[in-house]
Amino acid sequence: MTRLDPNPPPVAGRDTGFAAIEAVLSTLAEPAPARLGHATLVAVGLADDYAVIDSPIGPLRVAWNGRGVSSVDGALDDRAFEQGFFARTGRRAMRVPSLPPRLARAVERRLAGDRRARIDLDLRGTTEFEQAVWLKALEIPRGEVRPYGWIAAEIGRPKAVRAVGTALGHNPIPLIVPCHRVVRTDGYIGQYSLGGPANKRAILAAEGADPDGLEGLAKAGIRYVGSDTTRIFCLPTCHDARRVTDRHLQRFHSAGEAYGAGYRPCRHCRPAAESGAA
Amino acid sequence: MDAPAAADPTTAADAALAARLATDLDGSFEELVSGQADRLFSIALRVLGDRGDAEEAAQDALVRAYRALGGYEAARIRELRLRPWLTTIVVNVCRNRTRVRRVRTTELGFEPGAEPAADPVARRDVRDAWASLLATLPPAQRIAIVLRHVDGLSYAEMAEALGKPEGTLKAQVHRGLATLRDALADEGHDRKEMTA
Repeated sequence: MTRLDPNPPPVAGRDTGFAAIEAVLSTLAEPAPARLGHATLVAVGLADDYAVIDSPIGPLRVAWNGRGVSSVDGALDDRAFEQGFFARTGRRAMRVPSLPPRLARAVERRLAGDRRARIDLDLRGTTEFEQAVWLKALEIPRGEVRPYGWIAAEIGRPKAVRAVGTALGHNPIPLIVPCHRVVRTDGYIGQYSLGGPANKRAILAAEGADPDGLEGLAKAGIRYVGSDTTRIFCLPTCHDARRVTDRHLQRFHSAGEAYGAGYRPCRHCRPAAESGAA
Repeated sequence: MDAPAAADPTTAADAALAARLATDLDGSFEELVSGQADRLFSIALRVLGDRGDAEEAAQDALVRAYRALGGYEAARIRELRLRPWLTTIVVNVCRNRTRVRRVRTTELGFEPGAEPAADPVARRDVRDAWASLLATLPPAQRIAIVLRHVDGLSYAEMAEALGKPEGTLKAQVHRGLATLRDALADEGHDRKEMTA
């Protein structure tokens, strides 16, 4: 232990008057602010903060940590939310007054339809298949819908239509991951995990997707529409299809019918992908 | 002079925690946070001199620790001596911050008040005055004094944390204490001389 010390200091205390100074220095430790521990756990993703935001279907609780948004939830109160969140993730969530400003702006822009607004998602504890389904749903533009079979085909699992429906039902981050834009393969609106089909219709209506019109087409058995000038057929809500004027609009009950009439599938909404599964 | 590491109950508890961190980082990291937050905050507070900066620095140090642990092999985590290891991290975070923001020269306006030894549970303003005085020391001396006398690390732990010989650290502490004593003597010439 003893090593060469060119300048050995005197023993502290007594003769040099250091004892009094050392006594004061030892009182200069202070407890950390109460929030430091929780804030640290949130930063590394071992706990979460959450806040309430407004939405077309009423107040929602949004939770996040250093890895990204971890939950969007329609629970009725904080207690119900915290219990459900703990049951799913094993982590505690603490309510705070509002989202961090950058996240708040990104969520607002995303809900307004801006898909470039960057929002990190914390999807730990979910399967690769589920994540593939949710990331695909993120590609559906605001105001449009796609059938379950379309997602299944696009992620290379055309036979997994039911599994796609289940994965969408387990979406922990609804609205931000727009599972409400995925509808039944026959065109009906279908189920919704965030409070049921009425909420799904309300959100789609708020996004300009006209759920009544969609169900009208479904009742009539119309799955695709096309333009007789371009000879391209689309899913009914495709941005391109909606620009076709009534005079030129053609309606098809199946992809086969459209192909038979000499139409090719749209490159944007890729309707043929879905028909392969049906 | 310093107790051997194995005899120290804190060191034994840290070794047990290191073993748990090695097998279940996410399950035991909270224990590390609750056990170390106060001392990391105190070190940062007395090195940086500002509560907001100190809170950020302490959190930053713990986040860095978590990320480092996430990349270490279990065997390496088990061998970590947590207190000196975390001290290294928080001191580096503090140094990086002070490099950006030069330590302000503190206006002393100093009323150390009652003799510190006579009032060990010093009032807050007295402690603030002492903290300001501490902030006037050169960084190396300030860090050494904070680790030794505010945090209570042994010289062996300090040597490990700072990567310097114990003799150098003892000299830094001694020089810093002497400066504090002289500053106090200048301020307190009209009071009873408390520095012999």
